[in-house]
Amino acid sequence: MRVVTLPLSDDFDAWRDAARGLVTDGVPPDEVVWQVGDVPGDLFAAAGGDASAPRHDPTTPALKVSRAFIDLARSVVLHSDPERFALLYTALYRLRREPKLVEDQADPLVRRLDGLAKHVRRDIHKMRAFLRFREVDDGGTPRFVAWWEPDHHIVRANAAFFVNRFASMRWSILTPEISLFWDGAALSQGPGAARGDAPEGDPIEDVWKTYYASIFNPARVKVGAMLKEMPRKYWKNMPETALVPELLATAQARESGMIEQARTSIGGNAQAAWEALREEAMSCTRCHLYKHATQTVFGEGPVGASMMFVGEQPGDQEDLAGHPFVGPAGQVFNRALAEAGITRAETYVTNAVKHFKFEPRGKRRIHAKPDAGEITACRWWIEQEQMLLRPKVTVALGATAARSLFGKAMTIGRERGRALTLPGEGGGTAWITVHPSYLLRLPDEAAKAAEYAKFVEDLKAAHALVG
Amino acid sequence: MAQLDVKQKLAILADAAKYDASCASSGTSKRDSRDGKGLGSTEGMGICHAYAPDGRCISLLKILLTNSCIFDCHYCINRKSSNVQRARFTAAEVVNLTLSFYRRNYIEGLFLSSGIISSPDYTMEQIVEVARSLREDHHFRGYIHLKTIPDADPELVHQAGLYADRVSINVELPTSSGLKRLAPEKDEARIEGAMRGVTASIADLSDAKAKYKSAPRFAPAGQSTQMIVGADAATDGDIVGKASQLYDRFNLRRVYYSAFSPIPDASAVLPLQRPPLMREHRLYQSDWLMRFYEFKPHEVVAATDAATGMLPLDIDPKLAWALKFREHFPVDVNRAPRETLLRVPGLGVKAVKNILASRRWRRLRLDDVARLTVSIAKIRPFIVTDDWRPVSLTDRAELKPLVAPKKQQLELFAA
Repeated sequence: MRVVTLPLSDDFDAWRDAARGLVTDGVPPDEVVWQVGDVPGDLFAAAGGDASAPRHDPTTPALKVSRAFIDLARSVVLHSDPERFALLYTALYRLRREPKLVEDQADPLVRRLDGLAKHVRRDIHKMRAFLRFREVDDGGTPRFVAWWEPDHHIVRANAAFFVNRFASMRWSILTPEISLFWDGAALSQGPGAARGDAPEGDPIEDVWKTYYASIFNPARVKVGAMLKEMPRKYWKNMPETALVPELLATAQARESGMIEQARTSIGGNAQAAWEALREEAMSCTRCHLYKHATQTVFGEGPVGASMMFVGEQPGDQEDLAGHPFVGPAGQVFNRALAEAGITRAETYVTNAVKHFKFEPRGKRRIHAKPDAGEITACRWWIEQEQMLLRPKVTVALGATAARSLFGKAMTIGRERGRALTLPGEGGGTAWITVHPSYLLRLPDEAAKAAEYAKFVEDLKAAHALVG
Repeated sequence: MAQLDVKQKLAILADAAKYDASCASSGTSKRDSRDGKGLGSTEGMGICHAYAPDGRCISLLKILLTNSCIFDCHYCINRKSSNVQRARFTAAEVVNLTLSFYRRNYIEGLFLSSGIISSPDYTMEQIVEVARSLREDHHFRGYIHLKTIPDADPELVHQAGLYADRVSINVELPTSSGLKRLAPEKDEARIEGAMRGVTASIADLSDAKAKYKSAPRFAPAGQSTQMIVGADAATDGDIVGKASQLYDRFNLRRVYYSAFSPIPDASAVLPLQRPPLMREHRLYQSDWLMRFYEFKPHEVVAATDAATGMLPLDIDPKLAWALKFREHFPVDVNRAPRETLLRVPGLGVKAVKNILASRRWRRLRLDDVARLTVSIAKIRPFIVTDDWRPVSLTDRAELKPLVAPKKQQLELFAA
């Protein structure tokens, strides 16, 4: 059994020299114990044997290893895992027979070493990211001092980064194992320090915290994403993280406040907003129906209307005219409105689907029912209309309208005849009834008259809800 | 009005800048300050110095020079008609803030944008002056991202590019009808004209740099843009199409998406309901598929729902594509070429690279693949290894519940 004692925890060169000697001698990995300083790596290791004076067998050719392995080993050596030197030596030993071992990413040992290297890289990166300097007065000139607790032995390896970046400043990085000092020209090392040796604060931290609080968007809280990249163990050295609990606690209230404020601010420019929306809808291509229809038939009526009627889709005549409810069903609708005591000009009338869907049959275009996808695609417009108008009562004429307003299939027979609450931001009360074209299709005159009367009753009841 | 101090101004002008999604500080040339004269360095890879509770990285000091604006874009908190408190930094204040944050290792550099005051040229001059002062007076070698103003003199935009690592111009909205409705003073042709100008400058000066070492660098980290998602009628399919067009025409480094979010004192023209944040995430994933996974734009569009043009929210676009085009699977990990392996849901670019490297030395078994990936359970239905063949799985109609992520309990206050 050979015991190799390396002088420093992060000493790649010492490991390489020792390992080179051992592998040249053909010493198998299980006969070597690696340790750092005078810390025993293996309590049961038999003393004796000296790796610093390897018995070279002159007939063994020198082992050549790839650049990839050297890079991997340089990283792995910095890990805090006491097994790292032994694992690296095992890999090196295997490289004699398997020169391309490092390329075989599916090999368990390579995976393990890769994992260690990954931890080290992350630790190096997080030190660069989350270390915070505090300015102190050091005999008339400023010095920037930081306290850092790494997980691995990365501090010396990371020094070049800080020198490159902050060469014109004088700075110190204090860590439990080692301290680094830069005087503007040269880097020096000192023994480990304690947290108390680092300065307590810096007036600029207050300004930085102001920035941190202001750049946070309370409408998009994603705590998991923050914690994944900035786990709590780093927080104690980062002044801004003290604000996190309060920012989270008030985020919901701030977002609701913004929405509430927006809701009340709708006023003078609602008409302009509606006109702009209508114009945008004219070039809508959200589903394929625009390809065959003549034009988008948008809703019509005053933006201050307290009642909104939603039909299914424009028909043949509406498609040509560009206005909703002007065909045969529109005439039934107008008559029923009048009988219910409602002035159409005071209401807003629109459709769940804004383009005419049809099947050509000879010269005629036969109405085709829009499918769920088309209704969903067009829902965007209904939602915009709802949010602009905020009608007190929305009347769904038929199943398509009800589906669009509620976002799911609704059974007219079951939901008809009572006030319902609309989902979503638009809110308000809804009333579901049949589509006027249903009345046109009934073959039996008596049934037609009865249904028509029921329809007028529905309109009256809905109108009564406006108050 | 009482004078605002720098901290008060910072609160207003950082708040006003937070709707810009980009905070990247990567992809620029390598610099350091070993000569002891300047301050700062860039490493190629950016560094996120902190994360806000919205999960976004804080890499740069992202502020506006002023939030006063002569434009009235409805989605913008800084529009003329908004009632927010206004503030304005001097160039020197921005320079000092940048340097004092940088010295304490809070940031990688500066991302400066501005509301438009007096005229586009005047505003652009002020932005350029901050960058000039940082680079020339203080030899600042950190990262600078400048938002340029489409209507400013091209000469000023050119100067911005000489000081900055990255320049960006926002296309704002994915559709021109949306832009017309929500940003009436902006114009698609002018925005794209300015982007074309920047593209040309980047190409010219990188040609010159190849010939003459002394040629100046122009925006070495390239050009990016941003569009708002959910404020106009564009579907995911429209957005993916627009983004790929922008990448092609202007050779952009990145297209950022910003899910429209409620702003204080919003205009009535804006939808009140924000789109689910997941939508933005799915769009970024589709962006990744095109940039790193060799998906063509039309293939991403094929993963959207045919009727609504939207990407599914419950599963990622790569899985959606795989479930839709079952005939491409299973893929033999021991034989398939790189581009085919990249299509397997759950196999990332790195895992594919590792599979290609290891299979030169061994035949891969399921255990081997498991070691190279995060979750073998998700991948299993889509691959063939020496000891595994998912005969029944790939054809099962109910494959989706096996591979889709488990439904999480809904957030109490989810949008």
